[in-house]
Amino acid sequence: MRLSKKKQSNCMISDIGWWDHQLRHIEDWKAWMTLRDILKPGTIEFNDRPKGVTGGKENGRCITKLENMGFRVGQGLIERFTKDTARFKDELDIMKFICKDFWTTVFKKQIDNLRTNHQGIYVLQDNKFRLLTQMSAGKQYLEHASKYLAFTCGLIRGGLSNLGIKSIVTAEVSSMPACKFQVMIQKL
Amino acid sequence: MAVCVAVIAKENYPLYIRSAPTENELKFHYMVHTSLDVVDEKISAMGKALVDQRELYLGLLYPTEDYKVYGYVTNSKVKFVMVVDSSNTALRDNEIRSMFRKLHNSYTDVMCNPFYNPGDRIQSRAFDSTVTSMMIQVC
Repeated sequence: MRLSKKKQSNCMISDIGWWDHQLRHIEDWKAWMTLRDILKPGTIEFNDRPKGVTGGKENGRCITKLENMGFRVGQGLIERFTKDTARFKDELDIMKFICKDFWTTVFKKQIDNLRTNHQGIYVLQDNKFRLLTQMSAGKQYLEHASKYLAFTCGLIRGGLSNLGIKSIVTAEVSSMPACKFQVMIQKL
Repeated sequence: MAVCVAVIAKENYPLYIRSAPTENELKFHYMVHTSLDVVDEKISAMGKALVDQRELYLGLLYPTEDYKVYGYVTNSKVKFVMVVDSSNTALRDNEIRSMFRKLHNSYTDVMCNPFYNPGDRIQSRAFDSTVTSMMIQVC
């Protein structure tokens, strides 16, 4: 939640007192617990805070919130998974770890294709993304697919950040259930 | 049995530091602080095969007349530093390794706690009890 200060455009955290800040943690934790069920087929409820107008703005905030949750979860997961592995030699080593061990542990399969331009941009392609397989493989739900990818983007970003790499992760779906995650490493 | 245990974050500030409640704690804080340089040196040892590049356990960082300092780095660049009494010769390398393993397990549990913000001081009771079990029992 600390990092969401920078990410959320409609930032309300600076106005809220310490206690409310903690309450948000608890809400997010409950949402995180329910999100674990997403790995089984299900729907995502976006009514975590039922307010008046739904639309593009609400959608954007939800996606940011999901991404931030994924970030925190990613940090914890990486800590657990790298407990017994050897130290990583370089960036490529870390990306390969994400594609193989990390993806296998979370989604029970590996990333199908990893491409890089050796200048800090990596594209991870998954031809049968677990969270999208239950949806029909046509054009119908293409625009809604981004909601399901937001958490995973955060997962990758959190994992990389804990390993010392600042990055921006975006995802795109051209045809269900295949999707591509683009990782842009930010050199400090 | 350790005399002082410290967990230091990636940005080199302490997340958790505890020493056996005897004399001046400041001395231990200072020792941990100076050992950070040695840790950095060991991590970035390019080409020198003094420390196995792929291992997390760093071994003895440096000995002083009363104490020995051991180090361990996780993959997320969090450092664990342990100060042990020199007179305690019964303590073998394997035991120190296992102590670091336990510390790493406890730290992972703290990290996975959704109420914990990475970068805050560690205030978990479970972590405290793990450290207590490793430190010298002073009555």
